[in-house]
Amino acid sequence: MSHKHDLDIEHLARVEGHGNIKVRVENGEVKEASWDVVETPRFFEVMFKNKHYTSVGLLAARICGICSISHCLCSLRAIEHIFGVSIPESAVKLRLLAKHAETLQSHLLHVLFLALPDFLGEPSVIPLVEKNPEVVDIARRLKHLANHLSDAVAGRTTHPVSFQVGGVTAVPKKEELIKFREELIRSFDDLDAVKELIKGFTIPDFVRETEFVTLKGVNKYPFIGGKLISSDGVEHEEQEYKTMTNEYVDINNTSKWSKLSRESYAVGALARLNNNYQFLNSDGKKVADELGLKPVCHNPFMNNVAQFIECYHITREAINLIEQIVDDPLKETFVPVTPKAGSGVGAIEAPRGILFHYYEFDKTGHIVKADCVVPTTQNNGNIHYDMKNLVRQFTAEDITDDKLGFICEMLVRSYDPCISCSVH
Amino acid sequence: MKYLGITPEKIKVGVFDFTGCEGCELQLANKEETLVDFLKAIEIVNFREISSVKQHDYDLALIDGAISREDEVKRLEFIRKKAKILVAIGSCACFGGVNRLKNAFDLDEANKEVYGDKPKETEYVRSVKEVVKVDMEIPGCPVSKAEVERVVQHLIWDVQFNFPVYPVCLECKQRYTTCVFEKGLLCLGPITRGGCEAPCPAGGLGCWGCRGPSADANYEEFYKIALERGFDKEEIKERMSFFGGFDKEINS
Repeated sequence: MSHKHDLDIEHLARVEGHGNIKVRVENGEVKEASWDVVETPRFFEVMFKNKHYTSVGLLAARICGICSISHCLCSLRAIEHIFGVSIPESAVKLRLLAKHAETLQSHLLHVLFLALPDFLGEPSVIPLVEKNPEVVDIARRLKHLANHLSDAVAGRTTHPVSFQVGGVTAVPKKEELIKFREELIRSFDDLDAVKELIKGFTIPDFVRETEFVTLKGVNKYPFIGGKLISSDGVEHEEQEYKTMTNEYVDINNTSKWSKLSRESYAVGALARLNNNYQFLNSDGKKVADELGLKPVCHNPFMNNVAQFIECYHITREAINLIEQIVDDPLKETFVPVTPKAGSGVGAIEAPRGILFHYYEFDKTGHIVKADCVVPTTQNNGNIHYDMKNLVRQFTAEDITDDKLGFICEMLVRSYDPCISCSVH
Repeated sequence: MKYLGITPEKIKVGVFDFTGCEGCELQLANKEETLVDFLKAIEIVNFREISSVKQHDYDLALIDGAISREDEVKRLEFIRKKAKILVAIGSCACFGGVNRLKNAFDLDEANKEVYGDKPKETEYVRSVKEVVKVDMEIPGCPVSKAEVERVVQHLIWDVQFNFPVYPVCLECKQRYTTCVFEKGLLCLGPITRGGCEAPCPAGGLGCWGCRGPSADANYEEFYKIALERGFDKEEIKERMSFFGGFDKEINS
């Protein structure tokens, strides 16, 4: 074999943030195949210091423009653990509804705006405005509904305003929620149309056995809080997150890396489906069957499909939640809070995977120490190790530089990395 | 896309992200009701977050994020040279945003706290205008897509526009939001530039000043009201420094 490849992809496109791909193959031997994150660090853990608890959720949201609701809710959960606050049931429901809206928004943005062009051979979604207006129209409609629901429940799509320590400070009107219920039911038609499109996609044939880390489902598919599990059989409590994530600093990356039982592990929609498939509702399971995703799936490219399956699950869950809220009108949504000294953790399944916020507070309600472990931070090491195997597999046969570069880019995009978030 | 029967020339747009959360870039892909028209009116020649196309012949460069590393300075200077018009979008680009909170700490200590004995390159956070000449600023966390659209409309069709410079209070009155001072909350609405439609007071949060000062902000009266209502100086100062927009006033 005399295959030679030399690829240098700086600042990969159609992902949030800055990362580079490097591949060197000489005489068929893989000398280098790497995914490295070069995003400028923001030092959020330092910025949290001395902040009063009333501003912490707000600051946490600014870690990520795509999943600001998850960061805010995760932050509030950690603080409420520390202060011993139990928020009213109505507030629990509203927060979960906003979280569903965000996951829908985030998954749809990724599947239909960022990943779709890969499968249709386009550089972006923009040429599709002319070439495939029906698909763009569906994508626009679905994303609009998800964003609009966030607006109504969280006060805004990006950087929520109505979630604070103690509960929820503004509630949507009943009539508004009833309208959303109808629109969500109708949106299944649009999802079905996308499903038919996805059936025609060629998913690269690549498998690397991987450990998956998620929240542990108990009776239902998990989104907010609970025990932590890995597909290799590790189980921990929420507050023991550090023994699950084991972050360390790599010399070439501004994002930290994580590992558990192996050299790396994965989080996200595919991880959630693999670890909690039995709790998927019937809408989700039906689509998983139709699209051929069965647990445990070790093909990272199937994360695109897993996200789309979750859209069905979440749309149904959002409809059910709205029905519960409408049938049993919202009562108290906020309880008064007294700060306490102490430390605590919040864990949440953000759209891109499990997210942790840890804080230590002094008795005046100011942060002494903070630690955030972000989904893409945990995935970056796994993408890096996937890349080596992927290059080895695809260079075993004749492949052009362009095609090899394309498949490497597609791998990274399949994880839907939020790089700016990973380098918080 | 025709306007009064004429098909205008598309303007070439580049969108570039620096230190930030990329939420402002996401806003450009939101506002779905006008998204198709927006995309038809412009030619995106460089927008890494949504497209693999990468050219450097843009009429309009939209800059998102603050500047906090030497390679960002170089990249921004390059973009400035290529761009006919450069607009800073969002609070990070306009003021440094929440990133500016880092500037209160020693950088070596900060590095040690996050990266231990493997420090990463970082600098004190600067806004875009502290590094290159900026033609226009659209502050907000996140930026308002509607305001970005007005800039684009102006460049294509010469539609005149003025961004509001009145305080957020006016927009609370317009949407019948009860003043959050009455609920016992601190609010920067009286001194913060409007145009956001005041979602934060309506959501029970109060204003945190992400759009920076309104025109002729009456700080004296604002401090008087806030102190009278029992908020202490430290709390007011912490609130005003959150997005970096009031640094001039705080340091004066």
